[in-house]
Amino acid sequence: MIIKFSHAVLLITVFLMTACSTGPAMQMENYSEPVFSADRILPEDAAERSASSVYDPWQGMNRRIYNFNYHFDRYVFLPATRGYQNVTPDIAEAGVSNFFDNLRDVNTFLNSVLQLAPKKSAQSLGRVAVNTTIGLLGLIDAATMFGIDRPVEDFGQTLGRWGVGAGPFLMVPVLGPSSLRDGIGLIPDTMVNSYLKEEIFGDDGAMAASVVDALSTRSNTQFRYYETGSAFEYETVRWLWTTKRELDIAK
Amino acid sequence: MVKHLLLRSCVVGLGLLLATSSWGATEEYGYPIKDKYVATVVGTPSEYWADLPKKIPFHTRRVSIFPDRQIPDAFFADSALLYSVALQNKAAPLIFLIAGTGSSHNGGTNKQQAKAFYQAGFHVVSLSSPTFSNFVISASSTGVPGHAEHDAEDLYRAMEKIHTILLDKDDIEITGFNLTGYSLGGFNSAYVAKLDEQRKSFNFDRVLLINPPVSLYNSISLLDRMAENIPGGIDNFDLFFNDLVRGFGEVYKRSSGDLGDNFLYDAYRALDLKNEELAALIGVAFRLSSASMVFASDLMTDFGYVKPKEMKVNRHTDLQPLARVVYRLGFTDYYHEYFYPYYRDNENAGSRDAFVKSESLTHIQDYLRNSPKITVMHNENDIILEPGEIDFFREVFGDRAKIYPYGGHCGNMSYRDNVAHMINTFTR
Repeated sequence: MIIKFSHAVLLITVFLMTACSTGPAMQMENYSEPVFSADRILPEDAAERSASSVYDPWQGMNRRIYNFNYHFDRYVFLPATRGYQNVTPDIAEAGVSNFFDNLRDVNTFLNSVLQLAPKKSAQSLGRVAVNTTIGLLGLIDAATMFGIDRPVEDFGQTLGRWGVGAGPFLMVPVLGPSSLRDGIGLIPDTMVNSYLKEEIFGDDGAMAASVVDALSTRSNTQFRYYETGSAFEYETVRWLWTTKRELDIAK
Repeated sequence: MVKHLLLRSCVVGLGLLLATSSWGATEEYGYPIKDKYVATVVGTPSEYWADLPKKIPFHTRRVSIFPDRQIPDAFFADSALLYSVALQNKAAPLIFLIAGTGSSHNGGTNKQQAKAFYQAGFHVVSLSSPTFSNFVISASSTGVPGHAEHDAEDLYRAMEKIHTILLDKDDIEITGFNLTGYSLGGFNSAYVAKLDEQRKSFNFDRVLLINPPVSLYNSISLLDRMAENIPGGIDNFDLFFNDLVRGFGEVYKRSSGDLGDNFLYDAYRALDLKNEELAALIGVAFRLSSASMVFASDLMTDFGYVKPKEMKVNRHTDLQPLARVVYRLGFTDYYHEYFYPYYRDNENAGSRDAFVKSESLTHIQDYLRNSPKITVMHNENDIILEPGEIDFFREVFGDRAKIYPYGGHCGNMSYRDNVAHMINTFTR
């Protein structure tokens, strides 16, 4: 398995980035005046004062990927997730989720070391040690029962920690909101994760494990595209996600 | 656990003290938050929750209400109405839940209620508010929500369609029909119950209105005024909202893990919010709902409220410039500049004053007064009522009104006494 799923995803993204131009700009001049217009009720510097602006030069492409993600979710991902939930007893679902979280804790440990963050390094290393042994190879989250907090660090955060800016907002196919920096960060994170899966399950088993991991992760994620009720969902997701990442990096 | 026991014994001790000092005037109400703004924002701390199942089979579904309807491309995902159900696998009574302003069929409050009713043995059908954008697009006959009678008809139509599906596809046995809603959903429930007296599709056994407004206009005016508490004025909407999210973020940063059950409570204590800030927060929360509702409506009817009529908007259009405008507008702007003119021009609605008066529970008070099946659960210090408006419920409903001394707007809905009362209303 040389081409991993998320590598393929990134390649598609890069292709789309070069293939699509930016989103259609809004031309207000030739329209009749609505009841309330920006000119009438907003202060002149509204756009500059706006705290919710996010640098999004690839908006045209990003919105198309957002739209693609909705369809993929609705017709492929969510039905498969429901199937997974139907055939798996709740207790096994929890075990599967814990198992893959344990693998991700390894990645958190590596990134915590790269960030020179001793506490998070100790916590994540402690978690992996406890969960892999007492937690029966990660199936039980014993570390949380012992009160060891679970930091989550990825390579995007590591880059951010050392001063790399987020760059343009980026909607990643299937995976959702990200940024150029965090999208690049996915590559080493995925390589670590795939390496661990291959070591445990062998080359062919790793592929199946990745599918189960994806279904398990999706089943634990509440978000549904276009169901938030916000008429400005893309804008809101973009801003909240960007804010969350800033806070994660500062954490 | 220790904290829990300590708190509990404090509450019990305090209760005893008060009970003996006032010679059992009333039994003491144990909901812990007395302030109306704090209660509204924070809700019920988890140690005071009713004992409810963690998980129930609560599933989202979609039903097409107007199959031939042309919908705006920006709302392409909303062609069908979303709702959710939790069905018993035996014969059981059914209850419809109607969400509050801008809220969805699977929002936190409806989910909590669904758990309580499912546990009590009901089939549960949960509906979004007619002001939820998905409802505006897929199920509103006019596309201009907030109209007491039209909203009731739209809800009724959806309920009938869902009922048919439950009988034909799910093949469940229903032994009787009930209805409840909170906030605007409580208001809607009253009008739906009245409509049912003519249509008779359900013949509701019991109807419970939870924290409904008396007059829609009074309540939206109060909510708009709350947003005026934004520090630096409404021009700072964006900044205030951003600060708020960052403030919550700081709390999240310091917390160990996820956004837990008591996150809002912890955040409130950590941020030390003043009353004006809490009021502003409530105003902002309602404004976020009204913004989505108004925008969906504007695209649906092409009224030209914030989007110029000729302007084409699709699912890929950058909506930020229009969002900025619509977030600046309140419910009352919508009422005066869109809602009322729309119904005046399209349905010969009477004068503005008469129209305002007709959008109220006062308007149907004779029906409410003489319908023993309809009951109310409310709070003395609800922030969406004008001073004195709470007396309307005492006067019209008499002993069918259960009025708690505090709880703000829907803050005590998850408190164990309230949940018990809610269930008892339908099971006794």
